[in-house]
Amino acid sequence: MRASPANIASAVLTYGFVGLMAFLSVFPFIWMALGATNSSIDIIKGKLAPGEALATNIANFFTLVNVPLVFWNSAKVTIFATVLTLAVSSLAGYGFEIFRSRHRERLYRAMLLTLMIPFAALMIPLFIMMGKMGLINTHIAVVLPTIGSAFIVFYFRQSTKAFPSELRDAAKVDGLKEWQIFFYIYVPVMRSTYAAAFIIVFMTAWNNYLWPLIVLQSNETKTITLVISSLASAYYPDYGVVMVGTILATLPTLAVFFFMQRQFVQGMLGSIK
Amino acid sequence: MALARRGGIGRYYDVNGWLFVAPALGLIGLFMVYPIFWSLWMSFQAGRGMMMKFAGFANIIRLWNDPVFIKALTNTMTYFIVQVPIMIMLALILASILNNPRLVGRAFFRTAIFLPCVTSLVAYAVLFKGMFALDGIVNSTLQALGIIASPIPWQTHPFWAKALVIIAITWRWTGYNMIFYLAALQNIDRSIYEVARIDGVPAWARFTHITIPLLKPVILFTTVISTIGTLQLFDEVYNLTEGKGGPSNATLTLSLYIYNLTFRFMPNFGYAATVSYVIVVFVAILAFLQFFLARERDK
Repeated sequence: MRASPANIASAVLTYGFVGLMAFLSVFPFIWMALGATNSSIDIIKGKLAPGEALATNIANFFTLVNVPLVFWNSAKVTIFATVLTLAVSSLAGYGFEIFRSRHRERLYRAMLLTLMIPFAALMIPLFIMMGKMGLINTHIAVVLPTIGSAFIVFYFRQSTKAFPSELRDAAKVDGLKEWQIFFYIYVPVMRSTYAAAFIIVFMTAWNNYLWPLIVLQSNETKTITLVISSLASAYYPDYGVVMVGTILATLPTLAVFFFMQRQFVQGMLGSIK
Repeated sequence: MALARRGGIGRYYDVNGWLFVAPALGLIGLFMVYPIFWSLWMSFQAGRGMMMKFAGFANIIRLWNDPVFIKALTNTMTYFIVQVPIMIMLALILASILNNPRLVGRAFFRTAIFLPCVTSLVAYAVLFKGMFALDGIVNSTLQALGIIASPIPWQTHPFWAKALVIIAITWRWTGYNMIFYLAALQNIDRSIYEVARIDGVPAWARFTHITIPLLKPVILFTTVISTIGTLQLFDEVYNLTEGKGGPSNATLTLSLYIYNLTFRFMPNFGYAATVSYVIVVFVAILAFLQFFLARERDK
């Protein structure tokens, strides 16, 4: 491309715009990292340089919060939700493809309709249900309503269309039962589909807030998002401590994202094809 | 094939098919379909806590005379009408810039702009609350740059509190929408753009005459997703405004109001269920509109 003034101007404009957007997107992360090293007063003043309060902030965070317990609570909820959601949804995703009932598409469409149901309209009945089952304040109550996910079933069914039917036919000729085909052939072949779904479900479960806020009422069961929120809503929040907390709450999802970025983007793309 | 024959009338039941889909359908039925009908039934009842009795349309009538509800509805609609178009436009422009293979560092820009999606709603709401404090970094930067003379009361002024919520959601979700557009743009033959470029079609015209029409289905899809998301807005508002819904309910959303009605005030499940059905009705109307528009397009 020639370096005419118009081209230079458009390049400056383009790079200026995406550069600014990228900066604005990343800035809160930088601010969070710097904040963890500064005292609350310096953070409020808007100090944008590393400070010396990191050790103090971490120590204060560990005094205020039972970190191992809170992390364990979050991990428990996230792992159960992720494993069970993937199991149930991939079974259904595969099931909808091999299903020979004339009700198949009707059932599938009815299931997709539930994507439209807002959570606000479910939370009161769900709360009463959990109460009747004696599950308030348990992690089972947090996980249970999230396992059946129409979106993840949809995602698995879309991806199953790419699963080669020759593999299935060959396995049948060899006398494998349907569940054996699923476990020994489908699951290993669909690894990348599982990886992408894993990231989506993991992030959703780790970051879940409203429903845990309702069912987890004692400090012994609270997850990290609930704890960060209550630290920050104190009358005089210690922002240094809050920053340490937000970093710890964000690290697992950041790590998952960076390690599995390719699958994540593919997963997002797969869901709209 | 595992087909079981029943009744000898020649009808086949696919036992395996049913077994594979049963757990998912069972859970969705129990935790989504059943509760949604339950809350419909509840919305015709009134009373405190568990003491409820049939009240006919009393809850619906109460809606019209409830200024807090009207406020929550207006706020939710304001977020939706202002925020969704801003975010969709921004995401489209970013996606079409970052789709250009000649752009240096586009992998970096993509990752950077997508990064906010990875944070939890609570963590970023907490960060934004600190950044947009009266003496926070945003105000001090704007003052240092000479853009504003006195600090903006982001969290205590009804207008600015709403603006803060809009800024926060836009920050969190623009990259998410951008990914969908990038995906769709990859399915468009790049030579269309090359031909247009050679013919001297300016960038802005390429954007409005090629990108937007070709991405229409995806734009509709993301608009519906964002609409549903905005109608359900809770985490950000709860955490940015200390769970109250801002100065004199200026940022209160329908979801937060339902939460308050159920868990903060004297529990009123019936009325809260009625308010939640307002969201259901809006989502249904908007979904219907989307299907309608999609059908028009196919003609």
